Amino acid sequence: MEPQTALIVTLAALAIGVFFAFIRATLGPTAFDRVLAVNTIGTIAVLVISVHGFWAGRPEFLDIALLYALINFIGTIAVLKFFRFGTLGDHPPRHKEDA
Amino acid sequence: MSELFDFLVTAIAIISLCLGSLGVVLGALGLIRLGDVYQRMHGAGIVDTGGAGLILFGLLLLSPDWTVAVRVALIGMLIVFTSPTATHAIARAATLAGIEPILARRSRKKPQKDDA
Repeated sequence: MEPQTALIVTLAALAIGVFFAFIRATLGPTAFDRVLAVNTIGTIAVLVISVHGFWAGRPEFLDIALLYALINFIGTIAVLKFFRFGTLGDHPPRHKEDA
Repeated sequence: MSELFDFLVTAIAIISLCLGSLGVVLGALGLIRLGDVYQRMHGAGIVDTGGAGLILFGLLLLSPDWTVAVRVALIGMLIVFTSPTATHAIARAATLAGIEPILARRSRKKPQKDDA
């Protein structure tokens, strides 16, 4: 088996993974299910960018994947903070008693 | 000798990529099939460790240059450090929002069933 074939198979599996995670993000009963699914989609997006860069013979895409990994983490934390406090820090938090 | 070494490295990379694909698909399936948020975190954890780790290891073996290898290793380190942190933050937020694990609910119902 050529490495190119393995990379194509990996891309197909990643697409299936994104599809499943998207179903959970759509159905998710609570907001935390959706955040978890979107976080997983972000991780798979990083992998897709890396694998596609190798498949196309242009590993420069790895820089973009690195940036996606950073922004994915920051975005998850920001969304959770917004759910918790109803603000991102420009106003005092709504629930001061359980902060 | 060098040809054999190249063949072995490529074979290990291909096997690692295929196993990583399996991990991603199974983890995403767990994200659909499992019962509540805390159980679904297990599926997300499989995607983040087994899937991403094996796929990035395969890419590391396939990398043509050492600068590319350093970038792949950097992405792997970043995922290793940030993924448990994000999962922990989600679990803490869910706990503070009052969501109970379904296993805790089940074990609390059990004594009532014994009484009746």
